[in-house]
Amino acid sequence: MVLIFATGIGNVGSVKNALDFLGVKSLISNDRKNIRKADHIILPGVGGFGEGMKALSRSGAIETLKEEVLVKKKPFLGICLGMQLLADFGEEGGVNKGLGFINGRVRRINPGANLALPHIGWDDVIVKVNSVIFQGIDSPVFYFVHDFFLEAEDQTAVIATCQYGENISAAINKKNIYGVQFHPEKSQKSGLKLLRNFVTI
Amino acid sequence: MLKTRVIPVLTIKDLRLVKSIRFGLYRNIGSYISAVKVFNARNVDEMIVLDIDASKNGLKPWLITQLTKECFMPLTIGGGIKTLKDIRTALKLGADKVTINTAAAQNPEFLNEASSRFGRQCIVASIDVKKVAERFEVYSNNGKRQTGKSVKEWAKEVEHRGAGEIFLTSIDRDGTMQGYDIELVKIVTRSVSIPVIASGGAGKLNHFVKVIKQGGASAVAAASIFQYTDITPNKVKDYLAKFNIGVRV
Repeated sequence: MVLIFATGIGNVGSVKNALDFLGVKSLISNDRKNIRKADHIILPGVGGFGEGMKALSRSGAIETLKEEVLVKKKPFLGICLGMQLLADFGEEGGVNKGLGFINGRVRRINPGANLALPHIGWDDVIVKVNSVIFQGIDSPVFYFVHDFFLEAEDQTAVIATCQYGENISAAINKKNIYGVQFHPEKSQKSGLKLLRNFVTI
Repeated sequence: MLKTRVIPVLTIKDLRLVKSIRFGLYRNIGSYISAVKVFNARNVDEMIVLDIDASKNGLKPWLITQLTKECFMPLTIGGGIKTLKDIRTALKLGADKVTINTAAAQNPEFLNEASSRFGRQCIVASIDVKKVAERFEVYSNNGKRQTGKSVKEWAKEVEHRGAGEIFLTSIDRDGTMQGYDIELVKIVTRSVSIPVIASGGAGKLNHFVKVIKQGGASAVAAASIFQYTDITPNKVKDYLAKFNIGVRV
């Protein structure tokens, strides 16, 4: 079973729809028992960093999540804000502490004078490391919608980037932990393929 | 490179897919759910669905569920978004963004609240504009109420208050297929730094090129052209690509 972590603020519905479409059994929950039972964990998310961490704390499941991901090494995928929350801290709406799974900070994109923010739309993803999650995706164009991104301290954790005025991390990976800044659940065939790749890890 | 989006707009009234002309003369053109399925199968970039009745009768969660089940692309929901709870419901059921029009005209503070609560990336300010005595006037209530605001000041205000995108519709061009109002689009894209989705008037392939190159639109929305002609969003993108406009193919 794939657990879609119910943050209360994320777009959990669309991740569930995508997994249903793929015929993958999933459950939207933040119940500790369910987190322990899950084979894969997805942390979706839209919205601000501070609100996101607050929602995670409210769930009372952060410790369980840490145990399942860091100790038991369950495959974990953070999507958009769900990826950002993996950082040590975020700068959106004041400085807020993150989960600290990936060392780094979440900061606003500096796109330069000619590009609009938020970074909204379909953009080219440059795959740096031939990761299992990108397997079989010939044309990696994904849907992004964000102002902030995770700037990782360890650049080897950045497995894909996107050029938007500056190089932003599009996907990260450290052991069993994956994160994507774009929305696979909204990126049509390429996105569905990525989700399929993740759940078959 | 960030792609220029081509976005079909679907309008629902009395649970039927309709197309208006200048925000009136609604014509029933079929089933919205089959239209959603077709556009999803055609791998479109994004979709905007507006439920006209929702402004009177409230949001229909079942309708949003029905749409998101068929839609593996970004989906923006509009019509009847009046409260933070409405936004929460829409997002929870799988919508990615909401467009806000009348509620923002009545209470601009609503944009601030919505944006700080859910992040500005999901808050789209819908601005409907009619030219009155050579001035671009903003209308709310589905084109029925003149707000007294000029488009330039209102566009700046919605950006300032936290909208992440502007969905800009020319009421005068709606359903006419005579081309986008380039002057209007230009005024708005030059006043703000958030993405602007141009809407109203697309009828020919070169209309899209013009509104992007001359108007500065980040995305192009259209309805009639996809319903009444054999032009598909993919045809539009193939055409844009010939003019060196980056699209997702």
